[in-house]
Amino acid sequence: MVLGGLAMRRLIEEVFLATFDTPELASMEDQARLPLGDVIASGDRLAFTTDSYVIDPLEFPGGNIGALAVNGTVNDLAVGGASPLYLSCGFIIEEGLPLEQLRRIVEAMRDAAEQAEVRIVTGDTKVVPHGKGDKLFINTSGIGVIAPGVELAAHRCRPGDRVIVSGTVGDHGAAVLQAREDLALEGGLLSDCRSLSGLVRDMLSTGADIRAMRDATRGGVAAVVHEFSSASGRAIRLFEDRLPVRPEVRGVCEILGLDALHFANEGKLVAVVAAAQANWLVARMRQHPAGRDACVIGEVLPDVSVQVRLRTLMGGERLLDLPVGELLPRIC
Amino acid sequence: MCLGVPGEIVAIDSAATASAVVEISGVRRRVNLTCVLTDNIRPESLLGQWVLVHTGFAMSLIDAAEAQHTLTLLAELEAFSVDQEAAP
Amino acid sequence: MKYVDEFRNPVEARRLGEHLARRMALPELQSRRPVRIMEVCGGHTHTIFRYGLEALLPEGIELIHGPGCPVCVLPPERIDDCLTLAEQHDVILTTFGDAMRVPGSRGSLLQARARGADIRTVYSPLDALQVARDNPDRKVVFFALGFETTMPGTAITLQQAVEEGIANFYLFCHHVTIVPILKALLDDPFMQVDAFIGPGHVSMVIGMTPYTFIADQYRKPVVVAGFEPLDILQSIVMVLEQLREGRTEVENQYIRVVSRDGNRQALQAVADVFALRARSSWRGLGEIERSGVGLKPAYAAFDAERLLVAPSVRRAEPVDCRCSEVLKGQLHPRQCPLFGRACTPEHPRGALMVSSEGACAACHQYQGRG
Repeated sequence: MVLGGLAMRRLIEEVFLATFDTPELASMEDQARLPLGDVIASGDRLAFTTDSYVIDPLEFPGGNIGALAVNGTVNDLAVGGASPLYLSCGFIIEEGLPLEQLRRIVEAMRDAAEQAEVRIVTGDTKVVPHGKGDKLFINTSGIGVIAPGVELAAHRCRPGDRVIVSGTVGDHGAAVLQAREDLALEGGLLSDCRSLSGLVRDMLSTGADIRAMRDATRGGVAAVVHEFSSASGRAIRLFEDRLPVRPEVRGVCEILGLDALHFANEGKLVAVVAAAQANWLVARMRQHPAGRDACVIGEVLPDVSVQVRLRTLMGGERLLDLPVGELLPRIC
Repeated sequence: MCLGVPGEIVAIDSAATASAVVEISGVRRRVNLTCVLTDNIRPESLLGQWVLVHTGFAMSLIDAAEAQHTLTLLAELEAFSVDQEAAP
Repeated sequence: MKYVDEFRNPVEARRLGEHLARRMALPELQSRRPVRIMEVCGGHTHTIFRYGLEALLPEGIELIHGPGCPVCVLPPERIDDCLTLAEQHDVILTTFGDAMRVPGSRGSLLQARARGADIRTVYSPLDALQVARDNPDRKVVFFALGFETTMPGTAITLQQAVEEGIANFYLFCHHVTIVPILKALLDDPFMQVDAFIGPGHVSMVIGMTPYTFIADQYRKPVVVAGFEPLDILQSIVMVLEQLREGRTEVENQYIRVVSRDGNRQALQAVADVFALRARSSWRGLGEIERSGVGLKPAYAAFDAERLLVAPSVRRAEPVDCRCSEVLKGQLHPRQCPLFGRACTPEHPRGALMVSSEGACAACHQYQGRG
């Protein structure tokens, strides 16, 4: 069913209210009213973040833009050590978006929010004329609470620390490339789109000295490790032979001449932890479904230098570059 | 120049248009077989064969025996050079 | 991955590195130091940097990174022509992702796409033909580039378009050939190269015989090599053996893929569709005679050149560019005064900084500017 104008707007409201069945939304006031008591009871700092989601195709194996919009913002809170509590969501919908598709996307948001134990408490929708948008844009903002004593920051990385990734690298980026019709690739790849808040909670509960944590979304693991190096002023070395990469992700990389370290992930974090606790932390991470393939992939070096080096499979060493803009398939 | 990846022919899509499906590390892609077909080689006979894929074309059959031969030569290099140095 | 992983074995790679060190210590080779070997192909350059292979090589072996990156050598005026084509409202321009960032004098295809031109990246020319089938009311131009490896695919795609009577499909052709550029380099008195690692995938199409003149007339060894780390290391071993024994031959390391005579079917398709142009221009190297191909008159209806009112004119290249010295082995990328300063991968000034297969871009990307 494709509708335009007013009728569509009305239906959208029905879709949203029926799907996001929270008391804050049902009250239909202009703002969500959130009890401070809950917040104060669970921490001493608020974490607040926002992100906008734009993706083509809207639906891909393993997720859709809705799941992405919830998990992405939840993960941005979680990797700061915050327990995610509330989300807002804003939709910009291009006229002509099939309502069934919108429903699937909104349902995915509801499911993702349930799984991440976060509540969607306020929202907004705008419909723009056909040609004035690209099917659907979603913005979500999130509020979480950070417990006393939790201090995750990229500048805390120290020489000798280990770099950990929570699972296989590049799944989301490869799944999206594979879902793009123009490349005509087929494989069983699924996006890794999922909440990391449970995994982070488990990691923090171990009491390990975790210095920093980021989710490896756009720019991939390469971008996060560069951020760690840049904030701490120390060079970081990754080991190519330790990187967990699914065979199908590798296939996509080999065919298109791309590097999985540059691919976006939507359910993977990179953490830096004191060396002595690294293996033990990894063992604990592996007990959580979001951390089953966790492993140590690198180390912080004593060199005062902003650079990321890769010890290659062949034992040589090279710089790990940052992807420049859009990842373009290579033929040569 | 000229990225080429080994893939296994896992299905013949259309013998008429010389179109087949190759699998490369679990990922499938349609490729054109024109360059590896001759009067004696029919598309169906290429099932299970490994080919070198470049821009959607199977450009060459990969010779399994020659690949093994290359690896054997590599393995023999070591022994060879040690022998030479041992010689006066 | 079969035929890949066994050629990326790090233990073997280290052994080969040690073997090379022992060979280089032999008196016949000791006296020849430094041995300068040019890997012609950008794919080899990429492997060498991607795996840090130079770290495994002993002192006295220098790799000179050759001209075989079709993206690097794309002249700006051809990109300008593509922009002109893409700006026509009824045109969809399709090309490989590699071409998207190459700067023309009016910016790149990526920038033109951001301004609203309908430019699409494809993995295969066959996918460009599919775009033409799907958009019968638009002119779909495929910007074809690359060396001999890529030519047969373009040719077969065009043959298919003819067979199906797809009249809205056009080729904008900038296919180039490797041998004339090698000859031009060899004829240069400043050229300082002792031997060549030959391009494996070009050779799988054209075979080994086109290189015989290098061994016979110029007395330089050529070893055609595959693209995995062990392939390249083994080909260096083979080069050293030739030098040590005083042989100059064309040898084949990549026997699992390359045959002496190349691929007959591929060459047939190329001969059917393409004819040598009198001259073609190369970024950084100027015009070289009989170094590129265009469509034969029989295929003129599919030639996108005729959609252009007037082709762009060749412009002078920046005078401070020293790409040609780097190509000839006279200058290391890092010794170029522009490297990492006026010339970077984001803002390339010279040809070799354009694609990650170019010597300078690979060096910048994988070894840093310092």
